[in-house]
Amino acid sequence: MKRALLPLLLLVAGPALADSNLPPAALANTQLKDPALEAKARDLMYTLRCLVCQGQSIADSDAEMAGDMRALVRERIARGESPESVRRWLVARYGDYVTYDPPFSWITAPLWMAPLLMLGIGAWLARGSFKRKKK
Amino acid sequence: MKRWLLWLPFLGFVLLFGIVTFGLKAPTDRTVKSAMVGKPLPDFTLPAIVPGKPGLSSADFAPGKPRLLNVFASWCLPCIAEAPQLMALKQAGVEIDAVAVRDTPWALRDFLARNGDPYARIGDDKQSSVQLSIGSSGVPETFLIDAQGRIIEQHIGDIRADDVPDILAKLRAAR
Repeated sequence: MKRALLPLLLLVAGPALADSNLPPAALANTQLKDPALEAKARDLMYTLRCLVCQGQSIADSDAEMAGDMRALVRERIARGESPESVRRWLVARYGDYVTYDPPFSWITAPLWMAPLLMLGIGAWLARGSFKRKKK
Repeated sequence: MKRWLLWLPFLGFVLLFGIVTFGLKAPTDRTVKSAMVGKPLPDFTLPAIVPGKPGLSSADFAPGKPRLLNVFASWCLPCIAEAPQLMALKQAGVEIDAVAVRDTPWALRDFLARNGDPYARIGDDKQSSVQLSIGSSGVPETFLIDAQGRIIEQHIGDIRADDVPDILAKLRAAR
């Protein structure tokens, strides 16, 4: 009997001890009462990177740290802080990496300029080919 | 049209190919470094969490002796691995303060009883707010604070035995 139970017990995954025992912060999963403020906070959350599960925004992530970051965003927005100021606060701590809306700088310049450059090249090529057709 | 211009798209391709290959070959580094290194510790006040051990506030780092700020938790396994090194640092005369992230008094008491207690103060960071304010993105992380209360370095992950001399040297230099 015991032998039969062993494989069953193995099926029950041991908990990965990577999370605390504390419940999520009050504002991690609770919306703000004021819908306008909540909308502001939510828009901001979708553009902030979860630092633990790095492909997700803090709005999408289930990580505890993302919950604490959501609570931080909601608390600050509820206190009347602007979303941009909250973003700046986080960027000052984690660098541009934390925001999905990268500010314009020398490093991100190619990112912003490449489409314009491509469009320019395209227009130049198109002009050339149209000219030839007219002949 | 000049003949050499014909090579331009090919050159573009080679350039792009080079960038992509370089990007694929370079080892990925997913650690998020704090942008607070080199800046003064932000203001905070955390209550005590273990009886008999004071809480932690940024005022405790006012001009004095360089010290360590350890971000840890009782639920964090690498923190157990790190504990002996912290004890060794304490033995070497280093003052270590800590921020306990999302912890409970009883779990922390057990953790300290089992792994040793190298801490002068422990602040209770229930919502990771101080952790976020110093740009730490996980446990354990250790910040080296100089005599003026400035963050001079961030050690990400557990402190290994061979990191100890380096940390001691940096703290000595920060005096």
